[in-house]
Amino acid sequence: MTDAPAQYQKPLPEPSAISAPFWDGLRAGELHLQRCLECERHVFYPRSVCPHCLSNRLEWTAASGRGRVYSYTVVRRAMNPAFAVDVPYVFAIVELEEGPRVTTNIVNCLSDEVRVDMPVKATYDNVTPETALLKFEPA
Amino acid sequence: MTLKRAAAITGIGEMKPTRSPDGKSTLGIWTDVSREAILDAGLSLGDIDGLLVGQPITEQAQMWPSILGEYLGIHPRYGNIVDLGGASAAGMVWRAAAAIDEGLCRAVLCVTGEASDVDTFYAPRPRRSVQQLPFREFEVPYGPMGVNSGYALIAQRHMFEYGTTSRQLAKIAVDQRTNACANPDALFYGKPLTIEDVLGSPLIVDPLHLLEIVRPCTGGAAFVVVSPDLAKEGTHPPVWLLGAGESSRGMMLSQMDSITASPIAEAAPKAFEMAGVSLEDVDLLSVYDCYTITVLITLEDAGFCPKGKGGPFVEEHDFTWRGDLPLNTHGGQLSFGQPGLAGGMSHVTEAVRQLQRRAGERQVKDCEISFVNGNGGIMSEQVSLVLGVE
Repeated sequence: MTDAPAQYQKPLPEPSAISAPFWDGLRAGELHLQRCLECERHVFYPRSVCPHCLSNRLEWTAASGRGRVYSYTVVRRAMNPAFAVDVPYVFAIVELEEGPRVTTNIVNCLSDEVRVDMPVKATYDNVTPETALLKFEPA
Repeated sequence: MTLKRAAAITGIGEMKPTRSPDGKSTLGIWTDVSREAILDAGLSLGDIDGLLVGQPITEQAQMWPSILGEYLGIHPRYGNIVDLGGASAAGMVWRAAAAIDEGLCRAVLCVTGEASDVDTFYAPRPRRSVQQLPFREFEVPYGPMGVNSGYALIAQRHMFEYGTTSRQLAKIAVDQRTNACANPDALFYGKPLTIEDVLGSPLIVDPLHLLEIVRPCTGGAAFVVVSPDLAKEGTHPPVWLLGAGESSRGMMLSQMDSITASPIAEAAPKAFEMAGVSLEDVDLLSVYDCYTITVLITLEDAGFCPKGKGGPFVEEHDFTWRGDLPLNTHGGQLSFGQPGLAGGMSHVTEAVRQLQRRAGERQVKDCEISFVNGNGGIMSEQVSLVLGVE
């Protein structure tokens, strides 16, 4: 028997040079999004060009972390066995106040309390010492 | 550019789906259905000068046209893989027609299929390199259940925006099962279904129940697309390509303007315009149905009912082979089975069978025009076809 903590078995993001500021921000408990300096729209996921206007002038900017549930589902069977301990869990898309939508989990509430259009706020789940995932909870 | 009557489908081959491979290989299945399709078209091996194949989901390899060409003894002058997910088969029809129209070839064999079962389909896929793909980085860590969860998100949002109900969605699965019960080749032949059965089956990804979700299995299909001169020499009446339209958008739902609207709204009108026929002329709908919600959104976006009215429309129409709007008369993939990309091809082969009046017990009366729709990814790639016989 060892006392080592259970290892995190779920898939982890592998940040690239382009996406690293986003993941660094989450680890610091902050949500950062790219914004296009030409068309001024926010961009997610992180890219080297703006998908609205092809500009390559994107800056990182702090986001509010507030949004609404655009849609959700309750996953009742895990496809990846690592998620089996979590079922039923809420897999969702949240529309951020700044415009972009993100794929996420809704946490800190019962799965049957989640509704489309429900206001939510960001929460940062430090799943490993190196990685925090962006999740949302009822606002 | 028009492809109206540029080419015709003259032969089909299809394996009866099975729950598991039972010793079959993907290449072996491809070979069997290819042979069947070539003979069905009244052609010989030497006539085939084009080859379009679909990427098997559970087999890792490249250069499939060469692999199959070698095995069969075909030396194509035009070969390619069509990578449009479930829309690949429908995409092959107009790609073959375009190549024939340009004089690149005269007879294109199109093949899909898979030796697979539920376990291999859902097994983790090996990786050979760092693959910093957006969906891996920004979706997979949150535990999607394959594409099941994606279609569940669409259904949930559709219910929110338009008041669609699970009962309405279930009716699609039930009508298609009635069709499957007239198709001895269907995986769920002989197992009739009621709306209560569907609603009583386990919720897998809310709001989708088990019986609203397609079942991965083993099978395969092929068809031959030929030039107008070869079409006249076929054994069966040529099934002409009358119209085609294609429209795609990205892979990730979070990146789409709306998840309840699809690019079918662009693909289908283009196909009808090219064909010069209207929705009212359609005798058979043969449309992609990986989930019940897929069919409902297809009906809306192709224009068979106004946007958001798919729920009531489903309740008002009989989609069985003897109904007022026959749809997926082979049972659809929900009841016929989904053998990889051959699931999508089953909508083409069934349209051909019905138009050539050889659908047996489930033959639709006076079937002359069929609307076929292929859907890839999560309502991403869309290929609409209008097929017809003289």
